[in-house]
Amino acid sequence: MGFELNLNLGTAKSRKVETGIIYDTLIVGGGPAGLNAALYAKRKGLNVGVITEKVGGQVLNTYLVENYLGYKSITGEELMAKFEEHVKEYDVPVTTEEKVVRILNNEYKEIHTSNGNVYLAKTVILASGTIPRMLDVPGEKEFYSKGVSYCAICDGSLYQQGVVIVAGGGNSAVGTAIDMARIAKKVKLVHRSEFRADKILLDKLYALTNVEIFLQTKIEEIQGKSRMTNIVALDKKTNKHIVIEAEGIFIEIGHIPKTECLHGMIDLDDKGEIIVNSKAETNIPGIYAAGDVAQGEYKQIIISAAEGAKAALSANEYINEGKH
Amino acid sequence: MAMIDDNSKTQIKNVFGQMKETVNVIIVTKKEHCDTCEDTVNFITEITDLSEKLTLEVINETDDKAKTLNVEMAPAIILLGADGKDYGIKFYGIPAGHEINSFIMGILEVSGTGETLSDNLMKRINGISKPVDIKVFVTLGCPHCPGAVAKAHKIALLNENVHAEMIEANIFGEVAQKYNVSSVPKIVFNDGSELIGDQPIEAFLSTIETLS
Repeated sequence: MGFELNLNLGTAKSRKVETGIIYDTLIVGGGPAGLNAALYAKRKGLNVGVITEKVGGQVLNTYLVENYLGYKSITGEELMAKFEEHVKEYDVPVTTEEKVVRILNNEYKEIHTSNGNVYLAKTVILASGTIPRMLDVPGEKEFYSKGVSYCAICDGSLYQQGVVIVAGGGNSAVGTAIDMARIAKKVKLVHRSEFRADKILLDKLYALTNVEIFLQTKIEEIQGKSRMTNIVALDKKTNKHIVIEAEGIFIEIGHIPKTECLHGMIDLDDKGEIIVNSKAETNIPGIYAAGDVAQGEYKQIIISAAEGAKAALSANEYINEGKH
Repeated sequence: MAMIDDNSKTQIKNVFGQMKETVNVIIVTKKEHCDTCEDTVNFITEITDLSEKLTLEVINETDDKAKTLNVEMAPAIILLGADGKDYGIKFYGIPAGHEINSFIMGILEVSGTGETLSDNLMKRINGISKPVDIKVFVTLGCPHCPGAVAKAHKIALLNENVHAEMIEANIFGEVAQKYNVSSVPKIVFNDGSELIGDQPIEAFLSTIETLS
């Protein structure tokens, strides 16, 4: 029996971001981009704080990380605990459990949160990350938490000896299918086109005997009664509809940027990502974006962390040049 | 064999250094049909050994004390205050995996070193005047679950009308099935209203305020 100690989470003694102070930089988001931005900003001597619903971000939902340089194999949570510990060494205030609802660009940048607090800063780094992308098919909302799940490490163990579907064809989906094959009796991997996952993961997947693979298969509906019982999908090879039965479906088809608090003030691209230049600057001077919420290919932990550093250095330059 | 490695023990010991008052940990076990009772006792013993401010008592579910504490199934863990005060804070199942964090936070809270809430939240919590039972279903692999458990326990600690329990959905599979748990954390209020996910404390309070 194992355990996952994370004494950074919610400990009573951590300092919070305060209202009534003008910070040099406030960072929205506590994932790899936000935490690395905090580290870099603080080391430059900036008065910096982090506001986030939760420290750790999307990495928390990853069981094993095996491609972050310096760590051969580490759980997502352990890696984030190390990031957080590193930032806390520098006594950076971190406010959690507050959702940013609006950002205004007045004399100072104003960050309004769900608790009614308003925080002020000369610069803001947006690193709010993403939320899981939905299939957007009938039945998905209806059967959410009644078979439909977006968190396999949370809910996977509830399907011991069960039959589950994993939707998607990238690294997350294939990784989830491999993990679920250890727990469930049968895993059905359903993807609308061809695999995008790394070869090393696909080799593992093909070696499993209890995984059935449906490629070129588009999910069109999730059906059930009090809980889901099956999906209806279009087999694109034969152009026929098929019914695939399962007690649960784990949807791992990527993520969409979390930008609802920006209310049109920041330019987004057609994917909904914040448009940034090579210095992580957005269209508004003094507001930067980094990590998965920002425009850029290849969403990876190490890339997000690096973008956070870049945004912090840019913010530092802006403040040093007296632009505020 | 030790379940908790020395490095983790040192870290937990440091955190327990913040404890103000003694916390009395009660484990309720049963003699038959309990695959996890022994592991639970061993695991919790390793934790309670890490502070002089922690006491441990293991009792049987048929004992009168278990009935006084309203224990419904085993294994259960109850955190009592220094004077034996029952805050209505329970863990059903073994708080290993990620739940070790909500267990440690529960100990700190009961010992009096909890996080201070805003005046507005305190007012809402103090305003709860009817009995509220909060069940938080978790799995040990769920990183979002300890947050939900800690919030339920916090409300219970601050208002004696509120009781809050963690229920590990794999050990108590039948109960989980009865409550149709297929995503965690699943938070059930007075066996009716439900929340899914590690919701902010405001969402807990809004749900409680709408209970009839």
